Amino acid sequence: MNTVTLTSKAKPELFLEADNITPDIFAGKTNEQIAALTLYEGSAKHPLGEYYDVSGSAGPTAAETRIVIKGDATRLKYVGMKMTGGEISIEGNADMYVGAWMKGGKIQVKGSVDAFAGTGMTGGEISIDGDAGNYLGAAYRGDWRGMRGGVIRVKGNAGSDLGYFMNGGTIVVGGNADVHVGTHAEGNGKIIIKGNAKSKVGGQMVGGEIYIFGDLEVPMPTFEYRKDVELEVDGTKAKFALFEGDTAERHPKRKGETVFGKIYMKY
Amino acid sequence: MSEYLIKNGFVFDPTQKLKGDQADVAIKDGKIVDKVANPKVIDAKGMTVMAGALEVHAHVAGPKVNIGRIYRPEDKLFTFRPTEGSHHMEGGFSIPTTYKTGYAYARLGYTTVMEAAMPPLFARHVHEEIRDTPIIDEGAFPVFGNNWFVLEYIKNKELENTAAYIAWLLRVTKGFAVKVVNPGGTEAWGWGLNCLQIKDPVPYFDVTPEEIVKGLIEANEHLGLPHSMHIHGNNLGNPGNYTTTLDTLKLASGYKAKNKFGREQVMHHTHIQFHSYGGTKWADFESKARPVADYVNKHKNITIDVGFVTLDETTTMTADGPFEHHLTELNHLKWANADVELETAAGVVPYIYSPDVFVSGIQWAVGLEIALLSKDPMRCYITTDHPNAGPFTRYPRIMKWLMSQKARDEQIKAFKASDKVVAQSEIANIDRELTLYEIAQMTRAGPAKCLGLSGIYGGLKPGLDADVAVYDFNPEKEHKPMEIEDAFSEVKYLWKTGVPIIMDRKFVSEGKKRTLWVDAKVADNPQVMRDVKEKFVKYYTVTEKNYEVTGKHFIPNPYAIEVDATH
Repeated sequence: MNTVTLTSKAKPELFLEADNITPDIFAGKTNEQIAALTLYEGSAKHPLGEYYDVSGSAGPTAAETRIVIKGDATRLKYVGMKMTGGEISIEGNADMYVGAWMKGGKIQVKGSVDAFAGTGMTGGEISIDGDAGNYLGAAYRGDWRGMRGGVIRVKGNAGSDLGYFMNGGTIVVGGNADVHVGTHAEGNGKIIIKGNAKSKVGGQMVGGEIYIFGDLEVPMPTFEYRKDVELEVDGTKAKFALFEGDTAERHPKRKGETVFGKIYMKY
Repeated sequence: MSEYLIKNGFVFDPTQKLKGDQADVAIKDGKIVDKVANPKVIDAKGMTVMAGALEVHAHVAGPKVNIGRIYRPEDKLFTFRPTEGSHHMEGGFSIPTTYKTGYAYARLGYTTVMEAAMPPLFARHVHEEIRDTPIIDEGAFPVFGNNWFVLEYIKNKELENTAAYIAWLLRVTKGFAVKVVNPGGTEAWGWGLNCLQIKDPVPYFDVTPEEIVKGLIEANEHLGLPHSMHIHGNNLGNPGNYTTTLDTLKLASGYKAKNKFGREQVMHHTHIQFHSYGGTKWADFESKARPVADYVNKHKNITIDVGFVTLDETTTMTADGPFEHHLTELNHLKWANADVELETAAGVVPYIYSPDVFVSGIQWAVGLEIALLSKDPMRCYITTDHPNAGPFTRYPRIMKWLMSQKARDEQIKAFKASDKVVAQSEIANIDRELTLYEIAQMTRAGPAKCLGLSGIYGGLKPGLDADVAVYDFNPEKEHKPMEIEDAFSEVKYLWKTGVPIIMDRKFVSEGKKRTLWVDAKVADNPQVMRDVKEKFVKYYTVTEKNYEVTGKHFIPNPYAIEVDATH
């Protein structure tokens, strides 16, 4: 695997739309070609090389290309958008839409990310050492196709609207989650919150699973307790209370059984 | 320079029976002319030349289109083209921005477009959007089929009052034609009901869709309007609805067109694809295009447009409120609903016509069957009921399917439930391939005649407006199906009213678009004027003064078609 290193040399005045920073687009390009790729700053086009030094070299395919972003990336949006393979390592914080609609490969963020990381992603892996902003693994504004595959791991806390319209894949939050978890979730997505959750967990949830290891401040009145179950969840063996809902929402039938969203509360 | 000579192209013009003959087209001062003295010459050798096309039915301006734009930001997400110089930003796929609407129609060679459903109360909004849509001439059809005035006058069999009200509403809304959507059914929706058959009574008003349709045909012909009554019938989109459609079409029998515009039909049935379904439920859903097309073939006082399903993700929107509710119950996607006081309603739901779903495959087949079984291309027009069955930007793809059996076979093979689509439709057994001349009839001469605008648009006869499209397509060569789609996706040259709009694929002007409306003069009718006053005082949330569309703000460049019905 070849590595391209982008080193920050100037901070943009506005935020940069960096959907061109992906292994798919870098693959097979020379460093000069990479430096000439367009980043939008507001409505103005700027070459990538104006803000970042490009060193190392890209591989012939996305899968053989690793991108390392050194220095400031707090004003970079859409890093890794639609990527299908390869790796991106962001050494600091990044802005919104990291790994949005990604299909494969890995993104490692050593700092924190702003909102909408992993929007609509269908495969691959995002690991965030710090915190994640609102709408992690969610759907784009207006869309009903949230995260559908892949894995997102956050060591810190997650903001509100985690897994909004999530239809598949797994999100693991090491810390706490803010309000609205798995809203409108459908399909077989899995959200694991190792810390505490606040309220409106599973609102209008049709299907999918939410696991809460800590406390849930205000549970939804439209979820019903079913039974206690012994489970191993992300390496932790424990007893959980199973609640099903959202009973105020429609629920399809599969093999004669009604499908519900499931919330597991750890004892 | 206002003189142009388009030399040596292959010209397809049904108004002059030109079937790809090599000929020159001359333009002077906005009109097609016989001769020009000192023109700028455009070499169109090896290319196809046609008049600018006309759209008879699309939802491109107004409140429900805007509901779609507002509640579907995802439709713009990856379909965005930034501003370049004086060329405005374009965005949206199924619900494009106003600017994209104008540009995209122009790129396809369309120069006149009819907005198919204008809620009269929101006519001002419709006209503001029309104003902001560049290049193309546009008109809008106010909806009448669920309007309280109309329901009352028709119940009381007051033909003159219905006609006088239509004339008044066309004038105050700057409307172009009489549109009817799910007659009676949309009013019934206000009561949580629907009218699925033509004899289902409308609650409270106690009239039937049958009476509404006949009453509006009679009033339309009494006035002698350029276009006929334009109907979206009852029971849209349901398995087995073709019998309702045949019942609706039969309502035209016995009526003859009366007008000075050369129009021959008394009923235009729109997006008839959605109304030609057999079966009793989704599992045995099948095509009934043949009985519907046969009926239309035999009755010259009816015209249709198809509403082809393009197999895309799109946004459905219609004044058929109950249908949209039915649709959101089926696909569980977001639903918007609006009630428009005394007049109409609307619903909006996103929809995905997936090649993996056999119902979508059959809907695709039904549209193509209707067109391929139609014997008279002058009475059957290409539409997608934009954006309901797909976006209008797919017209070149529809042309490809209509002109190439190979292209259709490729699509049939690509369906996941290919066998079921073939078994429950007859598309695989139709070998007809339409010619470019027939396409020109379905998109130019036919719609112009149907709209009563054949004295202005739809041909290249001297005296007509100089709306001319040149495509880089040599009809004498063999073409792969995809080459048809590519060639008609983008004109090489386009003139609108003699003004060059696109030259060598580049936009050079936004033209001077006009708003078409019908000014029908009727004898004074104090009763109707009193009824209008009374309903504004009693029921409307706005006053009469805040209702009328007037002035340059709304219509900077009006084009009134005058009708004298004072007889």
